[in-house]
Amino acid sequence: MERLGSGIQAGRLSPDEYASNFSDLHPRLDKHEALVAADRCYFCYDAPCMTACPTAIDIPLFIRQISTGNPLGSAKTIFDQNILGGMCARVCPTETLCEQACVRNTAEDRPVEIGKLQRYATDIAMEMNRQFYHRAASTGRRVAVVGAGPAGLACAHRLSMHGHDVVIFDAHEKAGGLNEYGIATYKATENFAQREVEYITAIGGIEIRTRQMLGRDFTLTELTCNFDAVFLGMGLAGVNALGIEGEDLAGVEDAVDFIAALRQATYKAQVPIGRRVVVLGGGMTAIDAAIQAKLLGAEEVTICYRRGKENMNASGYEQDLATANGVIIRHWLAPKRIIGKDGHVAGMEVEYTAIRDGKLVGTGETGIIAADQVMKAIGQSFGGSGLGSLRMESGKIAADLEGRTSIDGVWAGGDCVGHGEDLTVSATAQGRDAAESINRAFAAAARPAVAVA
Amino acid sequence: MADIRNNFVGIKSPNPFWLASAPPTDKAYNVERAFKAGWGGVVWKTLGAEGPPVVNVNGPRYGAIWGADRRLLGLNNIELITDRDLYVNLREMKEVKKKWPDRAIVASIMVPCEEEAWKAILPLVEETEVDGIELNFGCPHGMSERGMGSAVGQVPEYIEMVVRWCKQYTRMPVITKLTPNITDIRFPARAAKRGGTDAVSLINTISSIVSVDLDNFSPVPSIDGRGSHGGYCGPAVKPIALNMVAEIARDPETYGLPISGIGGVTTWRDAAEFLALGAGNVQVCTAAMTYGFKIVQEMISGLSDWMDAKGHRTLDDICGRAVGNVTDWQYLNLNYVAKARIDQDLCIKCGRCHIACEDTSHQAITNVVDGVRHFEVMDDECVGCNLCVNVCPVENCITMEPLAAGELDQRTGKVVETTYANWTMHPNNPAAAPVAAE
Ligand SMILES: Cc1cc2nc3c(=O)[nH]c(=O)nc-3n(C[C@H](O)[C@H](O)[C@H](O)COP(=O)(O)OP(=O)(O)OC[C@H]3O[C@@H](n4cnc5c(N)ncnc54)[C@H](O)[C@@H]3O)c2cc1C
Ligand SMILES: Cc1cc2nc3c(=O)[nH]c(=O)nc-3n(C[C@H](O)[C@H](O)[C@H](O)COP(=O)(O)O)c2cc1C
Ligand code: SF4
Ligand code: SF4
Ligand code: SF4
Repeated sequence: MERLGSGIQAGRLSPDEYASNFSDLHPRLDKHEALVAADRCYFCYDAPCMTACPTAIDIPLFIRQISTGNPLGSAKTIFDQNILGGMCARVCPTETLCEQACVRNTAEDRPVEIGKLQRYATDIAMEMNRQFYHRAASTGRRVAVVGAGPAGLACAHRLSMHGHDVVIFDAHEKAGGLNEYGIATYKATENFAQREVEYITAIGGIEIRTRQMLGRDFTLTELTCNFDAVFLGMGLAGVNALGIEGEDLAGVEDAVDFIAALRQATYKAQVPIGRRVVVLGGGMTAIDAAIQAKLLGAEEVTICYRRGKENMNASGYEQDLATANGVIIRHWLAPKRIIGKDGHVAGMEVEYTAIRDGKLVGTGETGIIAADQVMKAIGQSFGGSGLGSLRMESGKIAADLEGRTSIDGVWAGGDCVGHGEDLTVSATAQGRDAAESINRAFAAAARPAVAVA
Repeated sequence: MADIRNNFVGIKSPNPFWLASAPPTDKAYNVERAFKAGWGGVVWKTLGAEGPPVVNVNGPRYGAIWGADRRLLGLNNIELITDRDLYVNLREMKEVKKKWPDRAIVASIMVPCEEEAWKAILPLVEETEVDGIELNFGCPHGMSERGMGSAVGQVPEYIEMVVRWCKQYTRMPVITKLTPNITDIRFPARAAKRGGTDAVSLINTISSIVSVDLDNFSPVPSIDGRGSHGGYCGPAVKPIALNMVAEIARDPETYGLPISGIGGVTTWRDAAEFLALGAGNVQVCTAAMTYGFKIVQEMISGLSDWMDAKGHRTLDDICGRAVGNVTDWQYLNLNYVAKARIDQDLCIKCGRCHIACEDTSHQAITNVVDGVRHFEVMDDECVGCNLCVNVCPVENCITMEPLAAGELDQRTGKVVETTYANWTMHPNNPAAAPVAAE
């Protein structure tokens, strides 16, 4: 083991260090902690936290159920709105969602710990494998769902509740989407993504077919012919390119690929990491990649972002988490050239930026940051194909607020559509709402048209 | 600096904070710790007659209810009087009194309702040179089944009789401790006065079942699967105790009778309220059992700091100051009009005032104004009931503001009158007299 060895190496840390670095970020509340935290909720009327939740979980109610000793009732309240409530409790940026809206912020700058309470209740129910929902009598309708991420899973579960049969097609090895391949390791430990997939599909009527890729193995038209409806929850499979010199050097990697490999590695000690790592970008992915690079034992990790702190997509909390882990965040630096040596990354040339006449421009002043690994986290893009005439909008699938696309019988939701933030919880909400929309469409089609005199 | 020395029916103590007869005053060890902590006096745990002492249950004897953060709000107990030998108690009382001459020690007594029993115990207590006796007519459980405690306290004739025996057989001041488990507290108080009592103390505990174990369906505390009612005390009983103290303080028949206020005293503020309603001092049990003896330090400094801030020099300046303001409903001024006001800078927008008023009162608080979450009182609907003030989680965020005479009450469309008018004069009252009765 070479803790500070140069280049990209695995095994920089001791087994204990790996174990502790990749353990649960927020250990779950025990019963006493949960009761103390729940006591702080005011049971607000028309609660602002609930309005801020993209899935509109009845937060005051589920917290009150915890405080009256009914965690299972609480879990049901959560799952009624959000069947991925367990994952959301772990990964939601609550500091910009429900907890930001909590009225306790106004009084004392410290919100009710909604996320942790949500995890408390959902963990209890999931560990008991307590199923709250049953399939309605089978309708004989069949729906194809493309993508087993949060959007697809939420959609499938709600469709199954209504008695429809669902087949989910996913290009990956495992179901879960970014819950399995993208979310930071320390946010969803102990194989939680897979356990959640099992918990959700336990309702029955949902078949998952992995390694099945739309555009390669089948087309959208085939799906619309063979199924009564189609839901597309394909996320963003593509990544944006930098388009600068040196991008193809060894040691240059997409942050999402790095994270996916890390998530799939059974032994974190086997994941190689540079001694000096530069991460390009300003969103959640950049933060997660940088923190995890640090946790793997990189000596120096620098995030370079083109604009100022206030422009970063990552929340203040996440930025703080990064700096607390020793990540250096530098602003107003644009990537100019990746410098190589013997075909391998040796440094990152950056140019200072500024806003001139409302536009971001390079100032001409440059500098070099020594690096043996560069990670790109400059955004993902829609990578779908085989979609025929499906209308796109700003590079994503065009859909209305119920998820209806330009093609009759085809719905879409999650990161692959334009509206809502790219978050697990937003994808869940859109999947659920699309299922309701599909169900309504089935019901309308089943009703004979009545002539109105 | 305010002088908080207390003189209660001739019994002197450095402050008005006494420990009530209960576990904190069970034996010399506790009482000495209490005196070291600063308590002004104690009423020793109730003594029984000579002979084999009572026995307590050997399982749980307490139950409780809690507020947020498991703060204890009410305590329930099924403990009996002292389970130690009479002579052990008497010897310790004598020793402690000798060591702590400036502190008050009062002996609480409960013996059968027979003249001989009282005649026998009083000289023994007198011999200890403690400062007085308190007659326990209050214990609502166990002892009452044996014809003592609240079984006596619920029959005014018995109270009068026993007090008379005590006044006859001892020179010590007699404090009669009353049970709240009665319809009208004035009757036992009057009986005690007729018997010649020097003072009354109240309240003892309230008969209660604090909860039911939903697994085995036994009342709590559960003794081998069964429970019995106990006595309730602590912060939850304070409002009941305050009212009973005030009733006695303003009853023409008992007016001026010294009162030792007991029931839920937890802070200096509670104590000051008892004093204002006519108590000469206060006794504390549950607060000490919850937090230990140290709380008296907060009570002492809180009371004297408040007195300093308000310019009250001695306890006499505050005792009974609120009694004259306690009246019957029929004499309240119906021409007094108040409206709720929300301080928008303090409001955290929880919406509780709105939903309380909307669902259960007078639909007088907005929740959305011009599409924005906003809580504001509508004067044309507000009846001034104070519910919103009580449910708002932020102190002083909602206040009740009286309308000045001459202002228009938008709800009734009437101008606020300058005069005082109560129900006895109201046109809707069939029995209205043309002039005020007070
Ligand atoms: C590194 C990273 C960290 C993140 N961290 C957080 C976080 O902490 N909190 C948070 O709320 N959000 C986070 N997000 C965002 C969040 O993961 C996404 O918004 C969410 O997963 C979107 O769900 P989805 O179902 O739309 O898509 P995805 O989760 O991307 O799932 C799409 C699925 O579709 C499959 N698929 C794609 N194309 C095809 C095809 N052609 N045929 C068949 N299957 C296909 C994919 O294999 C995948 O399983 C993070 C994102 C990334 C990249
Ligand atoms: C466990 C316990 C035992 C008590 N025992 C007696 C007693 O022996 N004699 C008595 O007069 N009152 C007894 N009381 C009543 C208290 O003296 C007091 O009147 C009552 O608790 C109300 O005061 P508080 O609210 O401060 O506790 C007892 C109370 C408790 C909690
Ligand atoms: S805003 Fe905060 S206090 Fe109000 S209901 Fe939501 S969590 Fe509870
Ligand atoms: S005082 Fe009563 S009526 Fe007026 S706003 Fe408050 S709750 Fe409503
Ligand atoms: S209860 Fe108080 S804090 Fe809450 S909305 Fe009403 S005034 Fe504001």
